[in-house]
Amino acid sequence: MPDLHMAVCMKVVPKPEEIRVDPETRTLLREGARSEINPPDMNALEMALSIKDEAGGRISLISMGPPFVEEYLRVGLAMGADDAYLLTDRAFAGADTLATTYTLAQCLHKIGDVEVVLLGEESSDGATGQVPPGLAEWMDYPLITLLRSLEIDKEQNVLRGRRNVDGGYEILEVPLPAVISVATAANEPRFMDFERKGWAFEDTQVTMWDAQDLSAESQFIGIPGSPTIVTGLEQAASQERKNIFLDGGASEIADQLVKILRSN
Amino acid sequence: MVASLFDPSEENKAIWVLLESAGVELTDVSFELLAKGRELADEVDWPLAGVLIGDRLEHLNSQVLSHQADEVLLLEHPLLEAFTVDAYTQALYAAIMERIPSVILFGATPNSRDIAGRLAVRLRTGLNADCIDLRMDKDRGVLISDVTGFGGGVVALLEMPDHRPQLATVRPGVFHSLEASAPRSDKVRRAKVELDQSVIRTRIIEQVKGEGVSIGQAPVLVCGGRGISGNFEMLTELAELLGGDVGATRPPVDEGYIERERQVGQTGVICHPEIAINCGISGAFHFVVGIQDAEIIISINSDPNAPIFEFSDYCVVGDVEQILPALIQSLKEERVVTHA
Ligand SMILES: Cc1cc2nc3c(=O)[nH]c(=O)nc-3n(C[C@H](O)[C@H](O)[C@H](O)COP(=O)(O)OP(=O)(O)OC[C@H]3O[C@@H](n4cnc5c(N)ncnc54)[C@H](O)[C@@H]3O)c2cc1C
Ligand SMILES: Nc1ncnc2c1ncn2[C@@H]1O[C@H](COP(=O)(O)O)[C@@H](O)[C@H]1O
Repeated sequence: MPDLHMAVCMKVVPKPEEIRVDPETRTLLREGARSEINPPDMNALEMALSIKDEAGGRISLISMGPPFVEEYLRVGLAMGADDAYLLTDRAFAGADTLATTYTLAQCLHKIGDVEVVLLGEESSDGATGQVPPGLAEWMDYPLITLLRSLEIDKEQNVLRGRRNVDGGYEILEVPLPAVISVATAANEPRFMDFERKGWAFEDTQVTMWDAQDLSAESQFIGIPGSPTIVTGLEQAASQERKNIFLDGGASEIADQLVKILRSN
Repeated sequence: MVASLFDPSEENKAIWVLLESAGVELTDVSFELLAKGRELADEVDWPLAGVLIGDRLEHLNSQVLSHQADEVLLLEHPLLEAFTVDAYTQALYAAIMERIPSVILFGATPNSRDIAGRLAVRLRTGLNADCIDLRMDKDRGVLISDVTGFGGGVVALLEMPDHRPQLATVRPGVFHSLEASAPRSDKVRRAKVELDQSVIRTRIIEQVKGEGVSIGQAPVLVCGGRGISGNFEMLTELAELLGGDVGATRPPVDEGYIERERQVGQTGVICHPEIAINCGISGAFHFVVGIQDAEIIISINSDPNAPIFEFSDYCVVGDVEQILPALIQSLKEERVVTHA
């Protein structure tokens, strides 16, 4: 039986605490903001790595983004992934979910033999969780989202996963190939492996693919492939607050709080 | 440009909301979507349909109609008895292609998000996710969605003028539901549902229904952040004394101190308490959106410069480990006095 081939989709996002809003122009100031691998994607990678530890297999990393993302993919390689693909082209810019999922799907088609595609629950700069179902649809693969644990049965050619919903849980099984998303904080992502670092950062290549390499149709990528458009940015409405600071020792403050609580 | 399977000139001017039920009742978010859907429908004078998917759902019709839908659209089939993303997406897709509605709203629940995400690709249309407000541009028949921008403080306006249907998801708690009132109609329609076992790729091995924690409507919400170091027992005691419930920021949820259902904020629950008490919480916008329409906000934080104080009516600079026990003590004493 050939090795199980897993792909982990990783997005590099600006660190949320470093994004500021220009109060005058109300635009997002992303310049200078440092980036990181979208934290939930680290949980997806960790889930793939633990399967690889136990049962063997091969892990490919896939990211669509600007060229600087390459360095972050090398972090994933140093953690234990085997190959990395960066989908980078000016024509991919401005992609919404439809265009992003099409581009990722084209990459999966080109790689060819991926049996399990793992994604994070959501991306921290979009936080919508719509890429996993969208990608499953382009591929016509079954889907399970928000997995907390995963088991793969190569003999039966199925995967089984547990997801928590509405205070309860369910265990679902789907045939391979399949798309899954991993619940945030489902596991504790490992650190880079010291011995792999030299290989990951110096000796190996990240495969770079542009629109042409992916045989991507121009109507499906970037801005033309994105039905949604942003027509404006507004300041979020917020209510005026009293901002009264309470003074005194703990018990005096407690008494004031009781009065406030009881008069309302 | 990518083209949707049907375009604005072909659409039926109608608004659909996809409803979910738990047992014999529609879920809270379903009522909230019906209320918003009604508002949108009135803005453009289009009909509002409440869409139910499952098997034998007629008992829910009266709830949909008394919450002011103009009609119920039933998608019933034995293979829809249990949720599977394959069967639900297929059934809804067929109904959409038969009736080509302009707008469809979904709750941002795990299951409805999965359906919406698959449908958007199948229909080659857009999906505005986690909207915090919605309105219709009457002249163009275009849905305008407000989505919070990253980092907070800004709201982006999104639309998809050239694609149909216009899809949007909304988290539970964002909109307010209406009280039931006299129905506007008694119209119930059934969509044709043709399904075959072979489309369903998911096998349900085990399913355990939970209690379903729901903090969205608690009158008093006592929230704990990283600064309480996992001491949720103290918060629970306070919440019980005040007849309220306990919520949390994301870090204690991620660290496993408390259930994810209690996470408040952008990726948690949007709550509408009368009083919110924030303990050891810095005040990230991601959290604040979950409590910002509380009538009164009280915050306790040891850092006088914590951003949470900007969003608070009453600010206590202090250690939660000292303030909360004192507050619990005072509330207990007060109770002794009033009951004497
Ligand atoms: C995409 C995305 C979505 C997110 N969604 C959410 C969400 O839905 N909800 C959410 O809450 N967060 C969310 N977050 C995380 C959010 O950005 C913040 O990181 C989080 O809200 C911070 O939680 P906190 O205030 O508990 O912790 P911290 O920011 O670490 O603050 C702890 C506070 O406790 C105070 N403190 C410490 N010790 C004491 C003491 N003894 N007594 C009193 N005060 C003390 C400190 O002064 C500090 O202000 C999201 C982040 C991302 C990227
Ligand atoms: N540009 C991208 N490149 C690779 N993976 C992505 C990209 N965007 C989103 N993803 C994956 O999709 C998941 C959910 O993203 P989202 O739907 O944007 O919240 C992320 O956690 C990633 O695993």
